[in-house]
Amino acid sequence: MTETKREPLLKVEGLKQYFKVNKKFTVKAVDDVSFEIYPGETYGLVGESGSGKSTIGRSCIRLYKPTDGKITFEGMDCSGKLSKADEKKLRVDMQMIFQDPMECLNPRKKVSDIIGQGLDIHHMYKSFDDRNDKIAEILEKVGLTPEHATRYPHQFSGGQRQRVGIARALVMNPKLIIADECISALDVSIQAQVVNLMKDIQQETQTAYLFIAHDLSMVKYISDRIGVLHLGHLVETGTTEEIFENPVHPYTKSLISAIPQPNPCVEKNRTSLHYDYETSGIDYNKGILRKVEGTHFVRSTEEEFDSWVLH
Amino acid sequence: MAEREKILEVRDLSISFKTTAGNVNAIRGVNLDLYRGETVAIVGESGSGKSVTAKAAMGILAKNGQVNSGSIKFTYTREDGEKVSCDILKMQKKEIREHINGKRIAMVFQDPMTSLNPLMTIGKQIMEGMIWHYKTPKEEAYKKAVKLLELVGITDAEKRMKNYPHQLSGGMRQRVVIAIALACNPELLICDEPTTALDVTIQAKILELIRNIQKKTGISVIYITHDLGVVAKVADYVNVMYAGKIVEKGSIDEIFYDPKHPYTWGLLSAMPDLNTADSRLFTIPGSPPNLQKPVCGDAFAPRNKYALKIDSRVEPPMFKISDSHFAATWLLHPLAPKVEMPEELKKRIIRMKEEAAV
Repeated sequence: MTETKREPLLKVEGLKQYFKVNKKFTVKAVDDVSFEIYPGETYGLVGESGSGKSTIGRSCIRLYKPTDGKITFEGMDCSGKLSKADEKKLRVDMQMIFQDPMECLNPRKKVSDIIGQGLDIHHMYKSFDDRNDKIAEILEKVGLTPEHATRYPHQFSGGQRQRVGIARALVMNPKLIIADECISALDVSIQAQVVNLMKDIQQETQTAYLFIAHDLSMVKYISDRIGVLHLGHLVETGTTEEIFENPVHPYTKSLISAIPQPNPCVEKNRTSLHYDYETSGIDYNKGILRKVEGTHFVRSTEEEFDSWVLH
Repeated sequence: MAEREKILEVRDLSISFKTTAGNVNAIRGVNLDLYRGETVAIVGESGSGKSVTAKAAMGILAKNGQVNSGSIKFTYTREDGEKVSCDILKMQKKEIREHINGKRIAMVFQDPMTSLNPLMTIGKQIMEGMIWHYKTPKEEAYKKAVKLLELVGITDAEKRMKNYPHQLSGGMRQRVVIAIALACNPELLICDEPTTALDVTIQAKILELIRNIQKKTGISVIYITHDLGVVAKVADYVNVMYAGKIVEKGSIDEIFYDPKHPYTWGLLSAMPDLNTADSRLFTIPGSPPNLQKPVCGDAFAPRNKYALKIDSRVEPPMFKISDSHFAATWLLHPLAPKVEMPEELKKRIIRMKEEAAV
């Protein structure tokens, strides 16, 4: 594959998302974040709660109007006002999977209507039978059976409900799926099932994912590239190997060291690295993204960069 | 080694819940032992009955819950220094409130957002238990509360005493909950998924905190979680639960380095591992059984690729592997065909051992 010629599917440049709380106080939820997602790849966004990962996802799908910056989807600027036709196209091509499978499905609708709602709105079928066939097909793809279409959400377990959420996103044949903490509410063994399912679907349909999570160990399995967020700043980005084999930023290091490993002899004696932004003396506003190698960038000032990379 | 003193002994506990859809047998014969100063983890999927076991030990089962059989024997030291044993299941609600809850057994719940009272300052909430149980004078209680806040790693403890829960972050709130739990010097702390709602970095801090407190005060801890990484960090003994039964129990090394039950194999393999390049995660196929229906034979058999014919008819007893290691699977019967754990898991355990040796 020729890396240079690939056009990014989603390009986020200098995204800023501020929320004005009152006259004196503005929350800078996202501050100057840039990244790109190429067709068919998975970009993982990690960070602690309050770091702005979900906000980025919601800005991308036009749930918020960005304060500043530009979001381009397939070469089309989608951060400002759009024509009806463009908006409609975006609403088909970009889909979202939400965090809590218990709450994101309408309890009064049958699964077939939940999944079929997008199809209904965009008239994406020829006849009623065609619609039902599409729904049955997608249910089978996500590991449910067509009979499940007549059930209500409360009749499913958590993992199955998340599958319904995935089916709802997939039925539109989107080019990009934004998965906002879509496995955080699930058990370990069910997490594994959902992650495998998402990978299989990606291979089949070449959908790109923006995968938002706080659990680095799962992100590692699914992502091609990772961006680490802290306090609204993108502190480090690179391919999965680059981030895991050579974490540069102290925050990334502390994140990786905090993952508990299922190895009691090692784990008992290990204490995780602590990172405190206020006492670390790092000012994210001063730093810029500097290249470590390849596609690996870290936000730092010149001195910080020297001490982290060259020491 | 000093004589281990048993403080909690659960025998043959069986609990069912009455629901509109019928009776759900959530717990089907659980045995559990806990010794002073040790940590026991209960691991399992959601719906396997981990939390119900803990709630039964606290005497706070939901109204539709019904104890069918069994006993929970709890041994504690009374104020006059005398050792007392009691069966929690036979006690009156009022008695439990007065002598057990909060005073001798304290619990940390999953969600720090909902377990604190939003209308009370955190200082008041910490002092409440001490004043109620021990009639501690207010000033003394205040001093102790400040100390507790410092113990759980909250800076500016004096100032924080006047804060309301909404003014604190999730990690801080969970620390406050732990401080409240420790306020009356309990002998047993039950942590029900204390870190599931928190971020990894904060999770690591909270786990280390509980571990340090345990070293300092010597209390016993029951950990309930589905995260084996957390278990590896904190536990001395592990109980693996499936469909209301404990299917394997043993010391932490036995469970992690020499697991015997196919379900434990599955759980261990499903954990994402930072050191493999495997692109696929292992999953346990299927989903847990519906406990509304009576389970015939081994509950795990339909999801178990190593299942034997007998698994669908007769429930396996606990087979003894060593003095502390037991597993309920017919594979351990002397007449059973020899089945080894999956190849990937074997490799992984070898790698884990190598890492541990370094």
